[in-house]
Amino acid sequence: MSITIDKPPVKTRTDKELSPKYTLTAEQLDAFGEEMDAIRQRIVADLGEADASYIRKVVKYQRGFEVAGRVMFYVPPLWPAAVAALSVSKILDNMEIGHNVMHGQYDWMGDPGLNSRMFEWDTMAPSENWKYGHNYMHHTYTNIVGKDRDVGYGILRMDEEQEWRPYYLGNPLYAFLLMTFFEWGVALHDLEVEEVVAGRRTWAENRQIAARIWRKVRKQVAKDYLVYPLLTGPFFVSTLAGNAVANLIRNVWTFNIIFCGHFPAGVATFTVEETEDESRGGWYYRQLLGSANITGSKLMHVMSGNLSHQIEHHLFPDIPARRYPEIAVEVREICERYGLQYNAGPLHQQLFSVAKKIFRLSLPTRSPRPAPEATAAETPLAA
Amino acid sequence: MSIVADATTRVLRSRFAAALATPHGVDRYLELVNPMWAANEVRARIVDITREVDVPGHPPVATITLQPTSTWRGHRAGQHVQLGVEVDGARRTTRVFTVSSPDSKAGDRFTITMRANPDGVVSRYLVERATVGTMVHLSQARGEFVLPDHVPDHVVFISGGSGITPVMSMLRSLQRRTHRGRVTFLHYAQSPDHQIFAAELEEIRRSGYGIDVHLLHPELGDPALSPAYLERLVPGYRDVPTWACGPAPLINAVHGAYDGSDALRVEYFKPPAVGNGNAEGDISFTRSGATAANSGATLLEQAEAAGLNPTFGCRMGICFSCTATKLEGTVRNVLTGETSSLPDEDIRICVSSPEGDCAVEL
Repeated sequence: MSITIDKPPVKTRTDKELSPKYTLTAEQLDAFGEEMDAIRQRIVADLGEADASYIRKVVKYQRGFEVAGRVMFYVPPLWPAAVAALSVSKILDNMEIGHNVMHGQYDWMGDPGLNSRMFEWDTMAPSENWKYGHNYMHHTYTNIVGKDRDVGYGILRMDEEQEWRPYYLGNPLYAFLLMTFFEWGVALHDLEVEEVVAGRRTWAENRQIAARIWRKVRKQVAKDYLVYPLLTGPFFVSTLAGNAVANLIRNVWTFNIIFCGHFPAGVATFTVEETEDESRGGWYYRQLLGSANITGSKLMHVMSGNLSHQIEHHLFPDIPARRYPEIAVEVREICERYGLQYNAGPLHQQLFSVAKKIFRLSLPTRSPRPAPEATAAETPLAA
Repeated sequence: MSIVADATTRVLRSRFAAALATPHGVDRYLELVNPMWAANEVRARIVDITREVDVPGHPPVATITLQPTSTWRGHRAGQHVQLGVEVDGARRTTRVFTVSSPDSKAGDRFTITMRANPDGVVSRYLVERATVGTMVHLSQARGEFVLPDHVPDHVVFISGGSGITPVMSMLRSLQRRTHRGRVTFLHYAQSPDHQIFAAELEEIRRSGYGIDVHLLHPELGDPALSPAYLERLVPGYRDVPTWACGPAPLINAVHGAYDGSDALRVEYFKPPAVGNGNAEGDISFTRSGATAANSGATLLEQAEAAGLNPTFGCRMGICFSCTATKLEGTVRNVLTGETSSLPDEDIRICVSSPEGDCAVEL
């Protein structure tokens, strides 16, 4: 199976009536799209040795942290350091390397070890399944409620447009569980269980996907919970516990970074009707308004796989992520010129905003009357 | 040493090592420690670069000696390898080159010989810019254009230009195997100045040992390849086992002269140009949304003409780098002439030309 990599639609002109969610005229939207295309072309033409040596350096660090972590489990007093090194390794592997490589950001290098068709990452979800759900479904239909399964992942209520059911009273609990078992959640996400339950998908369609999950999970479990613990002999239990904690730390970190990407307050969602027959400009507009950035240090950006620049990532998903900070300067300037929102804030602020939303949406949205009242209802619930 | 090395290799290739290195694989760790360490992949270090031909105003020819990793399984004379280089430290580009040295065993050094093709990223890099010490990526040796284990008493080699490399490897192997039969060696080159391996061939020619070397330069008046000429050199040549390698016009002439004889084995070093006989219909490239009228060229060439940049490697149907899914339509394999109309079929776009409408996922 080959995967369609997320690209803006081919259609360049906006030729339909836009919903009031679009603050630009059709002409402005097309011009905005052209400015984005120009950035893409310029960066793609400039890719080269610096990008290649950057990603190779990150790979080197990741492998180094991994080996160091595995070895330090032989020395019990170093247990915390071992867990820390292994956590860093897994985070780098999943984010700056895995996520970005599987987007095809480094396919131009022609290196099979960094190729989106061949790369496999250190987590439960098999790359083949994940690429379909993420690169195709999520990046193409970003924030279209009912189409983008990453809006609530089929378990959470993350948008008012999702109709409230008593089930959602558990929203905060489900979010907590998803955070704790995030790698399992990501792996199972591709089975689209909620679609099967709704009768829109059959188990037969899942056979191949489930078989891939089973194969991958077996290897991951054997490695972290059997082979490496056995190798450390008398320290079996402490190694096993260390590996589990490293996986947990990675789960919590990646969950939080990812949730800050699309769920902070102010991030727009769209309906299927609004995005029908979308032009390039419209696609870019939706990616911009449907994503949020995290501001912070260079280390934070690397450890988030530069997904702290979620906006730039959604505008240019297949451009090497190390370029996002330089692109962000331009995107911000363009947004200012067009009077468009550019959602960015420090980690704690975005996290708080997401948490507030998770709690607020566990309860039914108050009557669909004018906005001020709904806003007024927010505060006591969040507290 | 070799027992230790064997044991190490066995451990590195074991399921146990694979379980430890999952999901990346053992080689992704070894290469970071030492690029010459490998469990499965093959890489090589360039240990010598020798200019064979250097005529001003013409592309130079060089022989490159490679020290492969211990994973190299050796080659049979006449086989080729895919060789990938990282040009400017970033983009790995892979092309196919024929091994020019005699049969090699596992881990043995071997040579490749190539002309710096003016449009060739890899051959130009290797001949003009690579230095001793440069690492390259390899496949195992491949190809069916090889000598049999029991070499017939009389064999004929016909080659043109840099098509000399596989038959040179065969000739060198025969010498090493102390073949006692007769060898007729015909090579066509532009001029004596362009002759690859000139000194070595001269030495072989003078020393005799049943090897007739004919270096021909038709542009300077030597006879072109024809049935009459072949008959004069090798009476009854159609029944003598023959290996021929060279550019398409030479191979076409050889095919004509041998008239379907089973004794003939050929190798092109470029796929034959595709005729435009069946150029009708439209091609749609579904991923990019581009469409184009079918020109009859290969899908790779047509995709490039439409402004796409599909992944490719050897451009001659060997490496499968360019494999893409054909959703519908009929394609013809330009190497074999076979056609196929299966939907959702994985095809090598570099050797597939569409017949009529065709949709491919590019």
